[in-house]
Amino acid sequence: MSILIKGGRVIDPENKIDAILDILLEGKKISKVAKNIQAQAKTIIDATNKIVAAGIIDMHVHLREPGREDKETVASATAAAAKGGVTTVLAMPNTQPAIDCVENVELLQGIIDKSALINVCICGTITKGRLGKELSEIAALKKIGAIAISDDGCSVDNDDLMFEAFKKANLAGILTICHSEDKKLSGKGVINLGFNSTRLGLRGISNESEYKRILRDIELAARCGAAVHIAHVSCKESVEIIAQAKKKGIKVTSETAPHYFALTDEALLGYDTNIKMNPPLRSKDDLAAIKQGLKDGTIDAIASDHAPHTENEKDIEFERAEFGVVGLETELSVSITELLDKKILNWPSLIEKLSLNPAKILGLDRGRLEEGRPADIIIISEQDNWIVDKQHLISKSKNSAFLGASLKGIIDCTISNGKVVYKR
Amino acid sequence: MMLWTKKDLLGLEYLTKDEIELILDTAESFKEVSTREIKKVPALRGKTAVNLFYEPSTRTRVSFEVAAKRLSADVINIATETSSVRKGETLIDTGKNIQALKADIIIMRHNCSGASNMLAHALDISVVNAGDGWHEHPTQALLDIFTLREKFGTIKGLNVAIVGDIAHSRVARSNIWGLTKLGVNVILCAPQMLLPVGIELTGAKTSSNIDEVLEKADAVNVLRMQFERDEGAAFPEQLDYFKKFGITEERLAKAKKDIVVMHPGPINRGIEISSAVADGANSVILEQVTNGIAVRMAVLYLVSQAKDAKK
Repeated sequence: MSILIKGGRVIDPENKIDAILDILLEGKKISKVAKNIQAQAKTIIDATNKIVAAGIIDMHVHLREPGREDKETVASATAAAAKGGVTTVLAMPNTQPAIDCVENVELLQGIIDKSALINVCICGTITKGRLGKELSEIAALKKIGAIAISDDGCSVDNDDLMFEAFKKANLAGILTICHSEDKKLSGKGVINLGFNSTRLGLRGISNESEYKRILRDIELAARCGAAVHIAHVSCKESVEIIAQAKKKGIKVTSETAPHYFALTDEALLGYDTNIKMNPPLRSKDDLAAIKQGLKDGTIDAIASDHAPHTENEKDIEFERAEFGVVGLETELSVSITELLDKKILNWPSLIEKLSLNPAKILGLDRGRLEEGRPADIIIISEQDNWIVDKQHLISKSKNSAFLGASLKGIIDCTISNGKVVYKR
Repeated sequence: MMLWTKKDLLGLEYLTKDEIELILDTAESFKEVSTREIKKVPALRGKTAVNLFYEPSTRTRVSFEVAAKRLSADVINIATETSSVRKGETLIDTGKNIQALKADIIIMRHNCSGASNMLAHALDISVVNAGDGWHEHPTQALLDIFTLREKFGTIKGLNVAIVGDIAHSRVARSNIWGLTKLGVNVILCAPQMLLPVGIELTGAKTSSNIDEVLEKADAVNVLRMQFERDEGAAFPEQLDYFKKFGITEERLAKAKKDIVVMHPGPINRGIEISSAVADGANSVILEQVTNGIAVRMAVLYLVSQAKDAKK
């Protein structure tokens, strides 16, 4: 099985490549990146006028399987991922059961082996059942194949327990991902605290509930020298805190999601539950800070926080609707529309946020276009526009924050491990 | 004369000054109906209005029922404690069933903010918001404004104080939007913890000094502490609140002589207002109740006209 991709604008931030080149894939690997490759290949793809890059590595995805197959399955999520140009996902562990022990990692791995269309990495929990009471067997999780731990959806409130977690994770050589939220401060809030929560008569979630917990998480990690990754950064103070920690040399990385640089809480004035998520959409100032953080490198990665929910869970009163939005199929286009077109990032830096940096943070050998690396490639028509609508989303759930939006950039082809998994 | 075009009444934030004035003008012409020997006009004959109340309410529900009946509409009351809602039916399903019964208007009270917006979006028939969570209670504000207009003639430039639990009050929010659109100076007076974030961006001013506020006020709208709307939230201690913010005769003695005292009810005597003031010469609390019928008649009439115009 060989594929030759010809004449595309090949972008590889790691090797500082931005040129018209050909790429030859053989088996599951990249075998050559060069000008005018003359080789026999089973499949030849003409990529003239297209962007060719390493596939997106989305380090924050809720697959919902096992347990909530009505929302999403490994098969449906990875098909949606392929359509969105995503070739690796990190599966968050808040499934039923939670991925908090060796048996459950094996259970999930079994499903992945059977039905995943792309590469799926496993994130285990920090605490058993994500209850914040007792640590998971962190070393055992790592040994069986989990590449990170997180209680995503919850933060471990107990400082001592969280410190223990960082120590054990550091010892085991596994990354800790923090959903940094102080629920004592966010309480029963459902949208950003501000004029718009006042206008809508909804309980607010303060910036403070996020950044104070980020401050704590970074401090605990730094105290034992552990690496910490901050998930879904949404507000300006958080960006400042992470920037300062990086300056001090603390091993902290961070991600944000496309909705935080594309939308503000103004979008909620019609009580649309499809744009209800946690952390919530913030103010214009916060959005500007997120963009600046992406630009200056404070925010390393873009991840979708793909969180599918059924219509039954969304077509109800706002405060009762589930938090979360799907994002695998829109993250690239939203990034092109909001970051590339608005000159916040250029192509190499965008690919860095979407692919190279997540690979580095997670310690994956992907995200680079080098001989011998896994053949995860996407081909993008950057000038094409599309309108997001329910009918065209292939995720099992349709709770997109961008329904009706006109976005720029369409995936033409996604190749995962040398195999074409999506073609427009 | 302008035409009413909206099938729903969801909140005063969504209305223009002209639309608000159209409701008030229409209400004026309906007010006379309630003084007749036979208190009925055929404006909504053959129409069905459904009172769908997810929160206990006497005053508002009865007021809407009386208003609809004086317009000759048929009225059905659905108490959610005894309906399929108890069996887990969703709001949208309940609404679609009522629509399938060929009702024309749903009048809804709901404890979740935005519930009326959601229902109106899902249905073709009219939805009138009778109070949703902390969000809006447009007919209450309209009857408050109607009462002010009756008392003062023109209300532009008046100083109207709203005192009390602004944070949890849909009455306050609707009044703020309505009054500021009509050029009234609104001042909100409450302990800091009961002033919601960013409220001054509506154009209303804020203060925590009731005596200063009363000095300048032409009218004061006194709100109830909505303890039931936010379990676990910080509220001032009741006696302390009465001492610092309660509307008493002593306080009123230092205010303008003709200051108009309003209250949306139900009153908590001795917590936000003294009995003497509630029952006193400045109080228009019962006139508000009477005016509520005219205002609700106007709203029901206008939204049903808009629907007919659409067909």
